[in-house]
Amino acid sequence: MKKITLKLFRYNPETDKKPHYDTFKMEVEPTDRVLDLMEKVKGYEDGTLSFRRSCAHGVCGSCSMRINGENMLACKTLVQDLGTNKITVEPMLGLTVLKDMIVDMKPFFIHYESVMPFFVNDEPDPAQERLQSIEDRERFDDTTKCIMCGACTTSCPSFWANEEYVGPAAIVNAHRFIFDSRDKAAAERLQILNDQFGVYRCRTIFNCTVACPRDIQITKAIGEVKKAIATGNLD
Amino acid sequence: MKQHQFEVVVVGAGGAGLMAALYASKTASTAVISKLYPTRSHTGAAQGGIGAALGNLEEDHPEWHTYDTVKGSDYLGDQDAIEFMCEEAPSIVYELEHMGLPFSRTEDGKINQRPFGGHTNNDTGRPVTRACYAADRTGHMILQTLYQQSIKNKVTFYDEFQALDVIVTDDGVAGVVALEIATGEIHVFHAKSVIFATGGWGRVWEITSNAYAYTGDGVAITLRRGIPAQDMEFFQFHPTGIYKMGILITEGVRGEGGVLINGKGERFMEKEGYAPNVKELASRDVVSRAMYLEMKAGLGIEGKRYLYLDVTPEMVNKYATLDGRTRPDGTPYRVTSEEILSKLPDIIDFCETYLGINPVTQPMPVQPTAHYGMGGIPTDKFGQVVVDKKNKILPGLYAVGENGCVSVHGANRLGTNSLLDLVVFGKHSGLKAAEYARNSGYIPLPENPAAFAEEQLEALRNSDGDEHISDIGNEMKEVMFDHVGVFRTEEGMSKALGKIRELKVRFKNIKLDDKGSVFNMDILNAWELSNLLDIAEVTTVSALKRKESRGAHARDDYPERNDKKWMKHTLAWLKEDDVKLDYKDVVFTKFKPKKRVY
Repeated sequence: MKKITLKLFRYNPETDKKPHYDTFKMEVEPTDRVLDLMEKVKGYEDGTLSFRRSCAHGVCGSCSMRINGENMLACKTLVQDLGTNKITVEPMLGLTVLKDMIVDMKPFFIHYESVMPFFVNDEPDPAQERLQSIEDRERFDDTTKCIMCGACTTSCPSFWANEEYVGPAAIVNAHRFIFDSRDKAAAERLQILNDQFGVYRCRTIFNCTVACPRDIQITKAIGEVKKAIATGNLD
Repeated sequence: MKQHQFEVVVVGAGGAGLMAALYASKTASTAVISKLYPTRSHTGAAQGGIGAALGNLEEDHPEWHTYDTVKGSDYLGDQDAIEFMCEEAPSIVYELEHMGLPFSRTEDGKINQRPFGGHTNNDTGRPVTRACYAADRTGHMILQTLYQQSIKNKVTFYDEFQALDVIVTDDGVAGVVALEIATGEIHVFHAKSVIFATGGWGRVWEITSNAYAYTGDGVAITLRRGIPAQDMEFFQFHPTGIYKMGILITEGVRGEGGVLINGKGERFMEKEGYAPNVKELASRDVVSRAMYLEMKAGLGIEGKRYLYLDVTPEMVNKYATLDGRTRPDGTPYRVTSEEILSKLPDIIDFCETYLGINPVTQPMPVQPTAHYGMGGIPTDKFGQVVVDKKNKILPGLYAVGENGCVSVHGANRLGTNSLLDLVVFGKHSGLKAAEYARNSGYIPLPENPAAFAEEQLEALRNSDGDEHISDIGNEMKEVMFDHVGVFRTEEGMSKALGKIRELKVRFKNIKLDDKGSVFNMDILNAWELSNLLDIAEVTTVSALKRKESRGAHARDDYPERNDKKWMKHTLAWLKEDDVKLDYKDVVFTKFKPKKRVY
């Protein structure tokens, strides 16, 4: 067991004029997830603590939070990974805080929906599967992993500066279709992203790549989209 | 209170709910209400594959898939529905591919397939490659693809709305009552058809692969409205959950050649009495029982309650050689670290994150983990809810996916058949619900349609006792895992039932801190716990009564299957202080029951 201090951002719009922090001292296992710590607080210290969570193993994208200043999934971050006894948990930046760790995800999903994040191919469907080579499938594999947790977009200084920027998560999801050899709407998506609030807001700061709990090479993907816009070529 | 009107309302936005919504919305006004953002749904956690006899790598047939599923179900699955599902499987997998699903590919560009437990070549009895996969995140890709298509087709979503009640009148269903989590406001959705697709209830048990959200909402809501739950005693324990945490390690690991090893370094699945033919690729109930017996005999690793799942190339190749395993082209089966890495990237990531080990070089510590409810709200093969032993239809009500019981899984589900179930029956319930809506009017809402939901919430909000819901939840999970788990006895289950009933009494004396309206997760978690308690009770009563061993229901005191007495589905009704049981016939078409050997 290990003694830690857990400092949590608190804001309840029904009772608080402004946010504050609550601090809890606890004994935990080094292998406990930060999410486990929050569950303990909610279960035994303060039932009003509010946060989203579901799968608890890093695949649903519910529990993205700022942990010691960096965006992470609370369910995929172990106490021992943080290398300190002081753990501070806060909501993601750049989106409105609704209560404690819960932020308003609507703007995030609106950006996502704006890039045509769906398969387009109006040719008649073949009787069986469309064929795709292993190499063509591999071309967009990395960006299929996105779980839309928001960790990337809300760690991006360009997004903080202007929330109209479509943001890395939306570009990742556009990339997933732009480079899918079966899809026919790459040109339209590239046009959407060739906008003043599109890919050129990216200043290659790499916060998104560091934040991604799925280890997607986001800055690289954005670079590939930029290149495709510049050259009109998907190679 | 706000009121809405849609012809079809779908509750839940996982694979089943989204598929139903996609099909219903083609011809009917449709809304999806979901307590999670759709992409957070637990379908996304499914890893290994979706079963379909495409025959992309070797000979396979829907008839083989049908037989394997019947056998896997320990003959409790309804054969007409199983045949329907397996026949539909290839075309629906192609349909998913046409929607853009990025399946992994074969050398010739087709959908790639891998072996999975219980799926066999019916001529040779050897494992067959039937699981169509996208690396080890097939469920994630299905969920993403269906959500993407829902956006494309402009499906209406009410995200973060918790369904609390279904409105049932004498003439049929009239709608759903839900809570807008962000505001605490009650919404009444007046509907002609309601489709429940709320997933499972693995959170009843201590060690589970299931999400926090898996609290059996659909089953509990319908139980409270007098609708029975079917075959609840059959709950699957997946053999390979990460030790203590329960996180799923896909059966695909064994499909790729991973072996199970005990504390003496033996590959125990080949022992007589376990599964000498297909070994690690037997059905999940068989493998979980073998693991339990090994651990009970002190053969866990260092005598503890776990075993090793080993997919290091050295071990895979050693046992593939001994088994004489070949690739579909006839060459000997040999793997490299790179191949394991490319086929199981997420599994490797989980192990590195939670265990600090690399499965390419080290074995994984695993134990059986509560995984999947074969039972649920009884339906026919169109997802229409049926409420008695004569299969009387409740007009306008549908249930699909894990919260439904068609029954295609019977007493034990084969791996890859859950994803298949979601899309096949999701599609057909969506079509049926829209057709019903086209031919029917809206049944008028009763006075105070939200009264029952509000009453439940108010009771929780005003609770002023001294019990922690965490304590009640933990005690339930522990007793259910110990006594209504992989192996069961009369004594253990009676103890569990007594405990669950005690916990239900104590639940009336809980203390909640949060009295607010905005994102009151405290009240919601308490309400979800009340669902789990009801389900735990129904499960235990159904299990106590079934005095035989079949599929996932294995009893020390009745170790054999008893077809004479127990070849029948359980129906359970939740009463004030009791559970009432009845039974209905299993549907047979081609396959007569025989002893199940793997």
